[in-house]
Amino acid sequence: MGDNRVHALRGVNLEIKRGEFVAIMGASGSGKSTFMNILGCLDKPTLGRYLLEGTDVAALDKTQLARIRNRQIGFVFQGFNLLSRTTALENTELPTLYARIAKTERRERALHSLSLVGLGDRTDHFPSQLSGGQQQRVAIARALVNRPSILLADEPTGNLDSRTSVEVMEIFQTLNDQGLTIILVTHETDIANFARRSILFRDGSIRRDELIPKRLIATEVIKTMPKLDD
Amino acid sequence: MDLIATLQIALRVLLRNKARSILTMLGIIIGVGAVIAMIGIGQGADQTVQKQIATLGSNMIFISSGSRRVGGLSVGYGGTKSLVESDVEAIARECPAVVAAAPGTQTSAQIVYEGDNWGTRIVGTTPEYFDIRTWDFQSGSSFTHDDVTTAANVAVIGETVRKNLFASVNPIGKKMRIGSLPFVVVGVLVAKGQSAALSEDQDDTIIAPLTTVQKKITGQPWLRFAMVSASSRANSYVAQQQIEALLRDRHRIRAGEPADFVVRNLADIADVASEASQVMTVLLGSIGGVSLFVGGLGIMNIMLVSVTERTREIGIRIAIGATEGDVKRQFLIEAVVISLFGGVIGILLGIGASFVISSTAGWPIAISTVAILVAALVSIAIGIFFGFYPAQKAARLDPIEALRYE
Repeated sequence: MGDNRVHALRGVNLEIKRGEFVAIMGASGSGKSTFMNILGCLDKPTLGRYLLEGTDVAALDKTQLARIRNRQIGFVFQGFNLLSRTTALENTELPTLYARIAKTERRERALHSLSLVGLGDRTDHFPSQLSGGQQQRVAIARALVNRPSILLADEPTGNLDSRTSVEVMEIFQTLNDQGLTIILVTHETDIANFARRSILFRDGSIRRDELIPKRLIATEVIKTMPKLDD
Repeated sequence: MDLIATLQIALRVLLRNKARSILTMLGIIIGVGAVIAMIGIGQGADQTVQKQIATLGSNMIFISSGSRRVGGLSVGYGGTKSLVESDVEAIARECPAVVAAAPGTQTSAQIVYEGDNWGTRIVGTTPEYFDIRTWDFQSGSSFTHDDVTTAANVAVIGETVRKNLFASVNPIGKKMRIGSLPFVVVGVLVAKGQSAALSEDQDDTIIAPLTTVQKKITGQPWLRFAMVSASSRANSYVAQQQIEALLRDRHRIRAGEPADFVVRNLADIADVASEASQVMTVLLGSIGGVSLFVGGLGIMNIMLVSVTERTREIGIRIAIGATEGDVKRQFLIEAVVISLFGGVIGILLGIGASFVISSTAGWPIAISTVAILVAALVSIAIGIFFGFYPAQKAARLDPIEALRYE
């Protein structure tokens, strides 16, 4: 996005309300990554405005953007992006370090976050000792630790098998039911169907924006799937 | 991110790459070690020189006749016959910055006591000599001004002479011969020891009244040297100038013409004496300086490698909310931890080295706490200086690209 002359996005006009669960779909090069980077305050639009909870992000400096990424937004990536040689607990704790939270509270929050994703018993494991699904759950715990209002997930199931993917979606649905806004980038329709609303990008603009008619419920889908040893 | 958490991360990263961290520290270790050793050795040598200079006398100024100078320090005695006793009397009388002055002549002679004989130096002077040189007596006392007036055959002996001729008897009142002349020993001086500054054994001497030596031994009515005490250390330069002016006037030397005498104060002598230790100090200092610089470059290099290796980690940290300042601080602290660790090891090595060298050379061990503190601060400064660019580079990474970095 360093080159200004490439218009990765044009004419995108969109509102996402608090508590929504949106799936962003599109082929690679469709502009959905740029859109996500802007939503996540990693990138700023060269033209146009992005209002996050009423604040125009374009007016903020780098430090203020870092603060938003730290407290208001939780990131989940396709490649998990955990720090290797760092335990699950420490990985989860990382955003609290930058939020300048006292040490004991940092630990409490990280433990609570890990238990939310069902990894309360894996706190001292290193990423290399965890399965892909477990690593992604650590990443989700990390995203939740500063109690953000928005969770941005970029292909969170891209590296996971189908059952683990559904397990991740189960966590997402639970969090969404509790009021967390979730924006999920995926190219798999199966995964998108766990959301409430889907937006399709093509060539830098929105082609389709609709509510998902027959939303899948992860807890029920899992029951139909063959059981695997973790 | 708070300092303790940042430090913990830095330590963990450095422990993860132990060999690399130690190799990176090497430049700082050698640099700080050399500087600490330099200061330790320099101070030890300096203390030794100062102590030896102090044995020469209090605020002493040395006037020698003739202008022959060999090697800058060796005093060329007897080059001229123009320095006489009345000059010394005039100095004591007319130079306000001078408190005492003693004329002196010198020759060597063979001394015989009973069956033993010993070759030594005979100094002819007045009783002021012992005050100017702050030289005390272990037994007996000085000869008197009357002895000087009457050219009495009395002598004071140094510790080395006592050891060689009067090892088992009390020398006071004993008769010894200098050449064919009988002398009575009236005093024994306390030992002053070897003088590195004058490269001679100060205790290997006999001191007799000036007139006795001039009339009965050398037959020369002029002086070889004179010793003067300035009223204070600060005044010694003033006294030196007053003496030079007075002597030039008395010897009728026109401005611009070379003088027929040489006046030195202790500071001059100390300067020459500490030249040897200065050479070593400069050598170690330059090794230290170059090493610290190269060590700093090594830290910069390894930090740049580290930033590249950890591009993805940096991207993650920025994405989850690390500010530029957070990232910069983290890498700066890593650089400072490397250089400070190196500095601490260097300080220990430097102390060890100065201990070994000083004890080999027989100098006192001087470990300066100021030097250690400064070395530690310099190490921190090097870490900050050479870590700054890599830290800046890390902090300015684009998180989107950093997250894609493989």
